Amino acid sequence: MATGADVRPRRGLAFKLAVCILTGATAIFAATFAYYYHSSKEMLLRSVRENARNLLRGSVARLEIHLSGVERIPRYLAGELGRRTPDPAELERSLAEFLAASPDVYGTAAAYAPGAFSPERQRFAPYFCRKDNQAARVPLGYEDRYELENWYLVPKELGRPVWSEPYFDEAGGDIVMTTYSVPFFRTEGSRRVFLGVVTADVSLDWLRRQVARVAMFHSGYAFLVSGNGVYVSHPDNRLIMRESVFSLAEQAGSPELRAIGRRMVRGEEGFARLPDFVLGKPAWLAFAPMAVAGWSMGVIVPEDELFADLARLGREVGLLGAGGFLVLLAVITAIAASITRPLSRLAATAAKIARGDLDTPVPVAGAGDEVGLLSRSLERMRLALKDYIADLTATTKAKERLESELKIARNIQMSFLPKRFPPFPEITAFELHADLTPAREVGGDLYDFFLVGPDRLLFLVGDVSGKGVPAALFMAVAKTLVKGIAEQESDPAEILAKVNRELCVDNESLLFVTMFLAILDFSTGELAFSNAGHNPPARIAPDGTVSWLALPRGVFLGIMEDAVYRTQRVPLAPGEKLLAFTDGVTEAMNPDDELFGAKRLRDVLAKGAAFPPELLDAAIMEAVRAFAGDAEQADDITVLTILYRGTQKP
Amino acid sequence: MPYDAPRQFHALAGLTTALAVLLFCAQALAAPLKKAVLIPQWEPQAQFAGYYVALAKGFYAAEGVDMRILRGGPGSPPSVELRQGRAQFGTFFLPTAIRERANGLPLVNLAQFVPHSNQLLIARKADGIASPADLDGRRVSFWGPEFRLAPEALLARHGARVAEIPQGYTVDLFLRGGVAACSAMRYNEYHAIINAGLDPDELTVFAMAEHGLDLPEDGLYALEDLWRSDPDLCRAVARASVQGWRYAFDHPDEALSIVMSHVSAAHLPTNRMHQQWMLAQLRQAMTAGGPLAAPLDRAGYEAAAAALAQAGLIAATPDFEAFHGDRR
Repeated sequence: MATGADVRPRRGLAFKLAVCILTGATAIFAATFAYYYHSSKEMLLRSVRENARNLLRGSVARLEIHLSGVERIPRYLAGELGRRTPDPAELERSLAEFLAASPDVYGTAAAYAPGAFSPERQRFAPYFCRKDNQAARVPLGYEDRYELENWYLVPKELGRPVWSEPYFDEAGGDIVMTTYSVPFFRTEGSRRVFLGVVTADVSLDWLRRQVARVAMFHSGYAFLVSGNGVYVSHPDNRLIMRESVFSLAEQAGSPELRAIGRRMVRGEEGFARLPDFVLGKPAWLAFAPMAVAGWSMGVIVPEDELFADLARLGREVGLLGAGGFLVLLAVITAIAASITRPLSRLAATAAKIARGDLDTPVPVAGAGDEVGLLSRSLERMRLALKDYIADLTATTKAKERLESELKIARNIQMSFLPKRFPPFPEITAFELHADLTPAREVGGDLYDFFLVGPDRLLFLVGDVSGKGVPAALFMAVAKTLVKGIAEQESDPAEILAKVNRELCVDNESLLFVTMFLAILDFSTGELAFSNAGHNPPARIAPDGTVSWLALPRGVFLGIMEDAVYRTQRVPLAPGEKLLAFTDGVTEAMNPDDELFGAKRLRDVLAKGAAFPPELLDAAIMEAVRAFAGDAEQADDITVLTILYRGTQKP
Repeated sequence: MPYDAPRQFHALAGLTTALAVLLFCAQALAAPLKKAVLIPQWEPQAQFAGYYVALAKGFYAAEGVDMRILRGGPGSPPSVELRQGRAQFGTFFLPTAIRERANGLPLVNLAQFVPHSNQLLIARKADGIASPADLDGRRVSFWGPEFRLAPEALLARHGARVAEIPQGYTVDLFLRGGVAACSAMRYNEYHAIINAGLDPDELTVFAMAEHGLDLPEDGLYALEDLWRSDPDLCRAVARASVQGWRYAFDHPDEALSIVMSHVSAAHLPTNRMHQQWMLAQLRQAMTAGGPLAAPLDRAGYEAAAAALAQAGLIAATPDFEAFHGDRR
């Protein structure tokens, strides 16, 4: 039976709708956003790359101006010293003046090759540096062996000015520095004779201050590496001079960083993604060569700052997307609800209708949409169903009434028939038994018997045409008439004729009845009988021989007012049986539409010849029932058997 | 409590240490520590890790020596420090020590730590140098006379006449293209070149050891006077130094930290990775051929002396027995 209206579907339409639409919308949004984010990132990276390159070129140029400034005077001095060897005081003055005039320079020296300054001085290398903001002559600390120092040896052997690798000058300067050294030569013909070098020391601290001005984004910083990849300048002091790009790469086992370092020391300009360990987070490095010193400047920018704006935008778009998602969810929920709420109500109403409640009107929802159509259809269905059920109820009532009428009619019919057997227990001359099996509807068979004198028994079997109440009533009338008329007449034919006349009066329904009517004088055994269109009864002789009683001709009762009937007489031998029956016996049909027929009746009679009337009737009824099987009984079945015993006492 | 066991262990360890210190103190009270000074032949670096570790871990003190290690470098060669009495112990390359002895500084070998040569000549493949012969007519930088023995012999053998350029304290001149080849120790300059951005496959490396010029290198020395007057002190310093090296190789991280503390104090332009490489290479050089600090081998001694004599750096080969202190 229908489930209740309150049973909600586990995954409703609204849920499915929301899942489908939101999944789709989210996928589209995510894909679009990912594309947008990626493209923006690329774009941003390109612009950052451009900016970083410009920034680097600018910074390199600015720093190179400083370094070129540092280079100027040593170059000039080197030229002078190559042309002419001054006396020591003059040389020292020149150096002191140079230092005073160059605030960017920390110290300066003029280091002569052994024996080059004067024959009496094996080595001569006056050195000045800033002490308490004053140019002061300080000892180098290794006056006897400076030839192997890089600031001396490298420019000497290369024959050109050189910026040294960063180093710690513990004797003179006591600071970390890099030295610009210019070799000077005396020209002897076509030959240059090396005389010594003029140097300018630059404090790496000073350099660091210059480089620190280069900034990019919030925490992006610049650094310098030497031609060997060693840090010349870096915000982290510990790296300066000690570590190189390559040592860091080795420490971290990072071939990527080493590759970047190689590009830097080769003097390339570039932009590269740094391995994460450098900053502890993703970062980018832009680098450019510094031609003046042979160094490379790099700017490191953390990726999160590079993409900070993009990330913020991404968060905002994400939030907007989430908001949109919620709005969409609300809208879908609302739409789904507007669709499913009437549907749910319809479902509830349909469930009520299914339970038989046809009085609840179907709620009308949504004027023009499909749900409205559905609800209107459902309402029409409800009304039609209601009408139909009302009709059905009325019809059923009528039918029930009819059936009750039929039952009454049958009761009437059956009540007319004598049903007490043996009917005359005190009379032993004959034995009589009758049986009537009515068809489903009231049929028109009848039988009757009664005494019409001290020794005379009247008995009859009839069959009214038609069925139902009229037939039953007609039968009742016929029977009553027979009984009434038999009191005045003793001749069967006369009785039939009178009954016929009476029945013909006002027989508007044109019903008729066949009838076999006999009067047995059971003192003599003489049987007087007449026939009104009935089928002939069977005779069973005392020896069991079955024969058909020949009947006089006569038409049905109730048709022709002036019909003539004749009486015939036969003597019944004691022990002889007569069996009258209606065509319900011979015309009973089995499911194959075969008739029971006279022959089968005859066989039953032959077999039951010795049976008393009651058993014989039962045998016939049983035979017919067995033959008919499941086939519906179409007509009343009536048998009446009389056994004449005779008058002799047993 | 899961921490009980380690705590107990620590307590036990602490107690043991305290006991050991007490024992040392007792020994110190019984016999005052003998003062001694060691001068390594170069700036603080992992090449001398064993001595720094022996000092830091108290191995010298445990041998009854109150050791002090001077800072080495170009300004303070061990020969000078020993001659002038500022140090009693010094480290030398074997050829240097033989030359010093031949020239009148009576050095005695107390322990030979590096039995094989680590010396290289390094050139760039890009300069078209594949064999020593390719260096003919090129500029090659060399260290002092006794460090030229092997490379010069190698070049002479291949008929290469080169312009000899003095080599400074770094390989900067080579890196800047000032020379076609430079001298290098495998444990030092080779790695410095690699860590200046040159890849190994860009370099041509001639290892002296592979060309039959395998001269022994670092050893521990004292003057003969001391060896005669206080052989116990000499042996104690040698023992403690061997112990220091052994400890350094067994605990490279700790050893490196000890070395780096000396490096930092000297403001040297080097880094831990470089020192780590140096220590690893030294371990290879010192322990690959046999036990640590195996006695000086006569063949190696004579090969070095012969090379020195051939180069005219010594007039006569000093007596091996006298040179080698503890010939057992």
